[in-house]
Amino acid sequence: MRPVEASTYAPRVDSIFWMLTAASGAVILLVGTLVLFFSIKYRRGTATPRGPVPDRLSREVEIGWTAATAFAFLFFFWFAAVAETTQFEIPRKAMEIHVVAKQWMWKLEHPNGTREINTLHVPVGVPVRLVMTSQDVIHSFFVPAFRTKQDVLPGRYVEAWFEASKPGTYHLFCTEYCGTDHSRMGGGIVVQSQSDFARWIDAQPQGDSLADQGAVLFRRMGCTGCHGGSSRIRAPSLAGVFGRQQPLEGGGFVTADESYLRDSILLPNKQVVAGYQPVMPSYQGVASEDDLIRLIAYLKSQKVVSPRPEVGP
Amino acid sequence: MSTLEDTGALAREPGRTSFLTEGGTTVRSWLLSTDHKRIAFLYAAGITFFFFLGGAAATLIRAELVTPAGDLLTADEYNRLFTLHGVIMVWFFLVPSIPTTLGNFLLPLMIGAREVAFPRLNLFSWYLYMGGGLLTLLSLLLGGVDTGWTFYTPFSTLYSNSYVLLAAAGVFVVGFSSIATGINFLATIHLLRAKGMTWMRMPLFAWAMYTVSLVMVLATPVLAISLLLIFAERAFGLPIFDPRSGGDPLLFQHLFWFYSHPAVYIMVLPAFGVVSEIIACEARRRVFGYEFMVYAMVAIAVIGFMVWGHHMFVSGQSPFASLVFSFLSFVVAVPSAIKVFNWTGTLYRGQIRFSAPMLYALGFVGLFTLGGLTGLFLASIPIDVQVTDTYFVVAHFHYIMVGGSVSAFFGGLHFWWPKITGRMYSETLAKFAAVSMFFGFNFTFFPQFILGYMGMPRRYHEYPPEFQAWHVMSSTGAVVLAFAYLWPLFYLGWSLVKGERADDNPHDATGLEWQTSSPPPKDNFAEPPIVTGTPYRYHAEGFAPHEVRPIHAPQDPQ
Repeated sequence: MRPVEASTYAPRVDSIFWMLTAASGAVILLVGTLVLFFSIKYRRGTATPRGPVPDRLSREVEIGWTAATAFAFLFFFWFAAVAETTQFEIPRKAMEIHVVAKQWMWKLEHPNGTREINTLHVPVGVPVRLVMTSQDVIHSFFVPAFRTKQDVLPGRYVEAWFEASKPGTYHLFCTEYCGTDHSRMGGGIVVQSQSDFARWIDAQPQGDSLADQGAVLFRRMGCTGCHGGSSRIRAPSLAGVFGRQQPLEGGGFVTADESYLRDSILLPNKQVVAGYQPVMPSYQGVASEDDLIRLIAYLKSQKVVSPRPEVGP
Repeated sequence: MSTLEDTGALAREPGRTSFLTEGGTTVRSWLLSTDHKRIAFLYAAGITFFFFLGGAAATLIRAELVTPAGDLLTADEYNRLFTLHGVIMVWFFLVPSIPTTLGNFLLPLMIGAREVAFPRLNLFSWYLYMGGGLLTLLSLLLGGVDTGWTFYTPFSTLYSNSYVLLAAAGVFVVGFSSIATGINFLATIHLLRAKGMTWMRMPLFAWAMYTVSLVMVLATPVLAISLLLIFAERAFGLPIFDPRSGGDPLLFQHLFWFYSHPAVYIMVLPAFGVVSEIIACEARRRVFGYEFMVYAMVAIAVIGFMVWGHHMFVSGQSPFASLVFSFLSFVVAVPSAIKVFNWTGTLYRGQIRFSAPMLYALGFVGLFTLGGLTGLFLASIPIDVQVTDTYFVVAHFHYIMVGGSVSAFFGGLHFWWPKITGRMYSETLAKFAAVSMFFGFNFTFFPQFILGYMGMPRRYHEYPPEFQAWHVMSSTGAVVLAFAYLWPLFYLGWSLVKGERADDNPHDATGLEWQTSSPPPKDNFAEPPIVTGTPYRYHAEGFAPHEVRPIHAPQDPQ
């Protein structure tokens, strides 16, 4: 009856669950006992004395249980909220998986270019960060054994992360209703020991990594025409852009994360970097979700070119 | 000076007829009647039809889920059935159920009025309700809708190949029926209370009607707006929710839940009112903490507008927004808890009789407590993330809206049946139905909490075999529950035709509605009543009789 706990987060969620279950049990026991006790003691026809209840007493009781309930609920909120806030921070060294959902399948891509459909292999004990988007309607990535669920929206990236703690194969469900075959849009997460995972990924057909494929696209789609080093059009160089604070035309800053890079390719006029003209055309309908993942992987792999040549021995 | 012993004095004139015959007995005289009591009957016919239609869909759903494979229905049929079940049950049964039937019938009687404030608007709202119902029925006959009752975008606007617009039009129209009812009740309570009926002398049922009307009037327009936006995108291609054109699919969820969370309170506030009346009368006690009960309902109605984001913890909304919504969701649970304690407290030093309405009311308290407590699980973000869109949520809202509200509706129906129809029903058969409903309900829905925490997603036509045992249990319980819903049709139907004539006040209750004849005359009261005290002048028999005071001033015999 107890669901499997297969991530580092699962035991925390379950501890809240069992605390609330115990508290609920206590309340049900209390109300149930009182109702039962009164029902027997004060049923019609018994000779139990039944004087009026003094107004002052009932007022005090009323204020008492209101305050008790409010404090108990405040405590539950705090207990649950703390667990939630510790999940905000995604570990820096997390392994990255790109997820593209569509009616009715999951496409999952490893950084080295290995692609999987409806199945995801991950190593145990390594944080995994999911960068997800949908090609059509809203889906939801749900792995009950990890206590992980995140809606996957079209038109933007959403993130989630988990760290598997136990090898095995676990259900992956879509939990946002998405049409006819919603109930079949599932698969499995295969958690392997780190050595098994390394063997598995080595055995996959070796293609180019996402970043390498992105580099090819970057040239083929003509990005180099403006963003390349020798371009005559004034466009920012994109080397090292990922993760940087970008000043915006019209004030403000934005962190160049995956969502920002994605928006800049599809809706280039949304947030223009200060000092540049909004001359870039939109790649909406030109670059597919798969292309975007590759382009962004390429941009992330580009390090800042040092202005001075390194002096070597 | 009239006392409890000679209730009914207000309308006891020899030869007086009731609203059932006054004003004609033709079908036309009923369909065009502006009498709030007759309109309540019209609504009752409507909601009964839709309840059993929605119930038939639920039966097919439970039958399909007995086996993990999708063998009884195709995926598309299944998706259309749960959409039909949700749309019909929420908008054509639960939202109108208590306010339009018991509320329409009793509210003017309880506050000592002859009519509602706008009788013709009242009739018009029934036609709107039926019109909306027919549009939605039409969409169903043509082939159905497969979006779920939540109409989430962009699925509903860009991807669904079903009759979304027709169904949404039906819901749009029925929304105006809700708004009209709300306005009517608000005006009635503000303007037509009997002399001496101050706010703090109103029965809790009248307070429930007041708060529910507030929510209806303030929330339903937002539903209308969200449906109009679906129209704009689906029919005219205006990019509102489509991200490819810069739209935001989450905008719809915010708008929809801004209505639909308060809508939960639209369904449950009237139940609070009904249960308070029944428990006070059957325990022969004034309601424990009357003022706190009033404040609790007002607080729920107000705070209920600020918690919609707890439906969206996994939607991709800001995690900081989620924290605020989580906090407010815990806050809104406090007044609900107070109500449960007060109902329990009302039993203290009572003279409890376990009539059928009382069994329904106690069943309500049990089911509502469990539903409310599981609401705390859903307010806690980490638990909610695990159980959102699983059977845990399905079980939770069925406990509140079906276990709670429908039990209260049946309790109220039995409690006021003698007043409404002038006939008695078989107490034994009714008790049997009440007990079956309680056990059948728990049998059906408790296993779904377990299913949900184990990860069984909702709206699944097929499911992994390890969940089967719980699904079989749930479907078995549904058989008992179906019996409990059908059974009253027989004995209440029998009572309508052959039932023993009811006294004016068979329960010895002290509300104004019991002071007139059963069934009441067309104008409710022969003389406008004058109120001098609380509606709950109950006291345990044989003790402290000084608490019993007349409810109205001496009447001029002329």
